[in-house]
Amino acid sequence: MWLWIHKFGSPKYFYNVSGKILPWVAGATALLIVIGLYLGLFASPADYQQRETVRIMYIHVPSAWNSMFIYLLMAASAAIGLIWNIKLADIVAAVSAPIGASFTFITLVTGSLWGKPMWGTWWEWDARLTSELILLFLYLGYIALQSAFEDRRLAARASAVLAIVGAVNVPIIYYSVQWWNTLHQPQSLGVGMSTIHPSMLWPLLIMALGFKLLYVVILLMRTRAEVLERERNNAWVQELAQALVGKSVIGSANEYR
Amino acid sequence: MNIAEFFHMDGYALYVWGAYGVTLVVLSLNVILARQQQRKALRAILRAAQRNRSLV
Amino acid sequence: MSERPGIMSTLGALIRRDLLLALRRRAQALNPLVFFVIVVTLFPLGLGPEPNLLQKLAPGVLWVAALLSAMLSLEAMFHSDFEDGSLEQLLLIPQPVFIIVLAKALTHWLLSGLPLLLLAPLLALWLHLPGEAILVLLITLALGAPVLSLIGAIGVALTVGLRRGGVLLSLLVLPLYIPVLIMGAGAVDSAAMGLSVGAQLSILGALLAFAVTLAPWAAGAALRISVE
Repeated sequence: MWLWIHKFGSPKYFYNVSGKILPWVAGATALLIVIGLYLGLFASPADYQQRETVRIMYIHVPSAWNSMFIYLLMAASAAIGLIWNIKLADIVAAVSAPIGASFTFITLVTGSLWGKPMWGTWWEWDARLTSELILLFLYLGYIALQSAFEDRRLAARASAVLAIVGAVNVPIIYYSVQWWNTLHQPQSLGVGMSTIHPSMLWPLLIMALGFKLLYVVILLMRTRAEVLERERNNAWVQELAQALVGKSVIGSANEYR
Repeated sequence: MNIAEFFHMDGYALYVWGAYGVTLVVLSLNVILARQQQRKALRAILRAAQRNRSLV
Repeated sequence: MSERPGIMSTLGALIRRDLLLALRRRAQALNPLVFFVIVVTLFPLGLGPEPNLLQKLAPGVLWVAALLSAMLSLEAMFHSDFEDGSLEQLLLIPQPVFIIVLAKALTHWLLSGLPLLLLAPLLALWLHLPGEAILVLLITLALGAPVLSLIGAIGVALTVGLRRGGVLLSLLVLPLYIPVLIMGAGAVDSAAMGLSVGAQLSILGALLAFAVTLAPWAAGAALRISVE
C-alpha cells in the first residue's frame, strides 16, 4: 500500500499511467452521459407533478452530489498533501476546487431553473439550495486563498488547513441551515426534489456515474497539465520533450499522450 | 412523440433546455480550459527543448 | 535550563501583555464597538422606524452587526506581532502553540465580544426587543462571541502573512460563521415569540466547546505556515 502510494505519488509515474488511462475513462464518460441523456430525455416519462421539468433533475442532482463529493475529496487530498508532503496530492486538491465550484454553480442555476415553474420563484431559501450557495462560498474562499500566495508550497499548505476546517464545518453548516429552514418555513413547499419514481432512478444513477467520471477526466487533464508546468525542469519532462521534438508532433492530437 | 413536441417540453422548454444549456457550457469550458492548459504547458516545454537543442 | 512556567501562567501573561498593548491604543480598541452601534443604527434609518418591523428584524440585525464587528477587529489579533517579528519569537517559547492562539483569541473576545454584552441590551431597546428576548440575546452573545473569535483566529492565522489579507479574511471567515448566526439569531427570535430556546442554546454551547478544542489547533498549524 505504502509503496503503491509513493510510486503513484511520483509525478512521472502518474503522468505516464494517467496518460494511458485517460482515453478509456473519457470514452466511458461519454458513453455513460449519452446513455443517461437518452434515458433522461427520451425514454423516461414526465413526472405526474413536475411534468417535463423533472428532466432537470437528471443534471441537477448528479451535480449536487458531485459538488459535495469533490469538496470532501479536495479536503482529503489537501490533508494528505499537508501531512505526508506529497506534491501530487497538493495538485489534485488545487485543481479540484474550480471543478467543484463549477458543479456547485450548475447545481444552483439548474435548481433555480427548476424552481421557477415549480415553486413560482427563481430563488427559494430552501435548505438544500442555501447549503449549496454556502458551499460555493467555501469553494470561492479556498480558491481565493490559494491564489493569494505566490509560493506554491505555502499556498498548498495554507489552503489545506482551510479545506480541512471547511470539511469539518460542512456538516455543521448543513444541519444548521436545515434547522433554520424548518423553523422559518413550517409550511411544506408541496413539490420536493426528493421523491424519485423508480423509472426515473436509472437515468439519474447513470448520469450521476457519468458526472463522477467526468470529474475524474477533467481532474486528470488538469493535474497532468499542472504536473508538466511544475516539473518542467526535471529530467523526465526534458526527455519527454526531446522525444516529442524528434517526432515533431506539435499541433497533432498525439501531444496529449 | 415527435421532434417539435420533444423540443417544446410541454411548455417548459425554456427551463429544461436552459438548464441543460448552462450545464453544457460550464462543463465544456472546464474541458476546453484543461486542454488549453495542457497544450500551453507542452508548448512551453517544447520551446525550451528546441532552444536547448539549437544551443548544443 | 530554567524551570518551565505553567500553562496557565503563560496564558495569563500573554493575555495581560495583549490587553496592555490594546490599552495603549484605546481608540483603536473602541472602533469595533462604535462600528457595531453605527451598523445597528443604520437599519431603522434604512427600513423606517416602525416598531413591529424593527422588532421582527432585531435578532438578525444585532447578530449580523456582531458578526461584522467581530470580523473587522480580527486582523489586529496577529498583525502587529507579525509586523515587528514578535510573533516568530512567541512561536519559539516552550509552550504548545495551542496556548498562544487560545490567548490571542481570548484577548480578542475580551476586547470585542465582551463589551458587546454591555452594548447589546441598549441597542436591543432601540429596536423594541421585549425583555425576555434581551436576556436570551445576552446569553447567545456570551456563548457565540467566543466562537467568532476562535474561528476568526484560524482565518487571521491563514492570512496574516499576506499583504492584502483584509477582504480575503472576510471571504474565508464569514461562511464559517453561519451556524453561529443561525443559532444565535434563531434563539432570540424564538424568545421574542415566546417559544423555548433550549435547543438553540445547547447547540451554541456545543459549538463553543467544539471551537475551543479544535480551532486553536487549526489556527496554530496555520500560524506556523504563515510565519515560515
